Amino acid sequence: MSTTTPLLAVDGIGISFGGVRAVDNVGFTARAGEVFSIIGPNGAGKTTLFNLVSGVYTPKAGSVHLAGEPVTALEPNRLAERGLSRTFQNLQVFFRMTARENVMVGRHLREKRGLLAHLFALPSTGRQNRESAAVADALLERVGLSAQADIPAANLSYGALKRLEIARALAAEPKALLLDEPAAGCNAVETEEIEKLIRRIADDGVAVVLVEHDMKLVMRISDRILVLDQGRVLAEGSAAEIRSNPKVIEAYLGTHGTREANLALD
Amino acid sequence: MGKLLSHRLAVPVVIALLVVALSFAMPSNFYYRVAALVWISALAVIGLNLLMGYAGQVSLGHAGFFGIGAYAVAVLPAQFGLHPLVAALAGAVATAAIAFLVGRPILRLKGHYLAVATLGFGILIAMTISNEAWLTGGPDGMPVERLTLFGWRVRGADTWYWISGGLLVIGAWIACNLVASPTGRALRALHDSEVAARVAGIDVARAKLTVFVISAVYASVAGSTLALVNGFVTPDKANFLHSIELVTMVVLGGMGSILGSLAGAAILVVLPQVLTGFHDYEHMILGLIMMVIMIVLRAGIVPSLAAFFQGRRNK
Repeated sequence: MSTTTPLLAVDGIGISFGGVRAVDNVGFTARAGEVFSIIGPNGAGKTTLFNLVSGVYTPKAGSVHLAGEPVTALEPNRLAERGLSRTFQNLQVFFRMTARENVMVGRHLREKRGLLAHLFALPSTGRQNRESAAVADALLERVGLSAQADIPAANLSYGALKRLEIARALAAEPKALLLDEPAAGCNAVETEEIEKLIRRIADDGVAVVLVEHDMKLVMRISDRILVLDQGRVLAEGSAAEIRSNPKVIEAYLGTHGTREANLALD
Repeated sequence: MGKLLSHRLAVPVVIALLVVALSFAMPSNFYYRVAALVWISALAVIGLNLLMGYAGQVSLGHAGFFGIGAYAVAVLPAQFGLHPLVAALAGAVATAAIAFLVGRPILRLKGHYLAVATLGFGILIAMTISNEAWLTGGPDGMPVERLTLFGWRVRGADTWYWISGGLLVIGAWIACNLVASPTGRALRALHDSEVAARVAGIDVARAKLTVFVISAVYASVAGSTLALVNGFVTPDKANFLHSIELVTMVVLGGMGSILGSLAGAAILVVLPQVLTGFHDYEHMILGLIMMVIMIVLRAGIVPSLAAFFQGRRNK
């Protein structure tokens, strides 16, 4: 399914916190239908990069293009309107709402506004609610949470919440999807489910950008991989290229850890 | 049964039944009057609960909006000969406009900072009402022209019981509609995670402003109704102490509970009447009861009791 359209193009992006360059001159492109992974040691700037691309932080330098249009420093809700969605490493779930309602919030941009219709429960509002609920139910089934649809999110397990965030992000029908550690806290079976899910999302033509600590998952699923270290790009390439890159091995375990690094990256 | 109670219409229907049922148990006009005061307070509290309990934004200035509604039906008929209903409508429109203008800058603040900013706004309105004595009668207040509908003079505590009860049912119905709509989901979402709400495409600043204006209009309508019931207005209903009272009703009854708004209003309106027999100890006992309620029913009266009975049924 991989095409050559760069759906998401990040160029020379950067930000500093208190004089520390958290992300410095980082660039990459992600194409429709591919899984593009970003890896690196803890503190390398992966989540900060996500926050820059998704508009949560305003970059001090560089640019972001989505489907060819400049979207640098747009508010997250404006970016969402243009087709960018994401999940969060530290869960950002609507805990007081049920699983179904969480996903329905993800439909927000596809829902009809009209405050008066909402206040007076005009028939259009009922139709809209049923429509959003139907989409939410289909997505909950896709991520394996059908049985939990009516349960408040506060009562779901960590792994379930990770999948709930993916379902909510998909509800917006994004062109590009940033996933921040979707397999964190998942067991082997759940990780396999996540892997299939991500692959299917990409196969539907979405540009998936993945940050993940599970190296086995990253190496299996990624079309291309970007390695960050101390806020800078260390390497970019296919899984095989990254695995054999001496600079990557050094960044992960120091000069003498080649064997251990191979084990970790394998 | 659980399904039935979770329906969008359940709460307004329960309140309507309550209004009708209580009317059979009213021994005197005094009781009608106290009940009418409960319905009016509950209307303002429902509006404030939309802002606080659902969207998670505090306001310590809602008595200001209440005061604008109250003085609109006092001043506009007296000065310009407007019909009291037209005056109430004008008060609601003015309140919405003021809430819109004030809300834009201050809703960017969060938590305690928002609380202090709204407190300042409320004090500003109360001071204005007190100081412009030529228009408002100053601290002494001013009389309100009696409401006349098609030649019928609206009077009597029982009549106002039904009018304010009807307004409460409509207010509860609208609030429940909002909560169950896409707009309501957006408000509840931003309460739990603003960043996730924004990523989902919600314009958080706009959503907050929307609910702020709606809740202000609730307070304004309640204020207008109270002024018409009393036939007199004083600045103390615009005072920050009344703002605190409204917030207390929200928290006591239950944040994010429309039925809780009624429970909170009922307790804080009825208890002082019941406790007058204790003379000097009235306020001490009221304070103690409030503390005990919050310690025992931490989530507020209605949500805590609902969780308790839910838990027993599931056992």
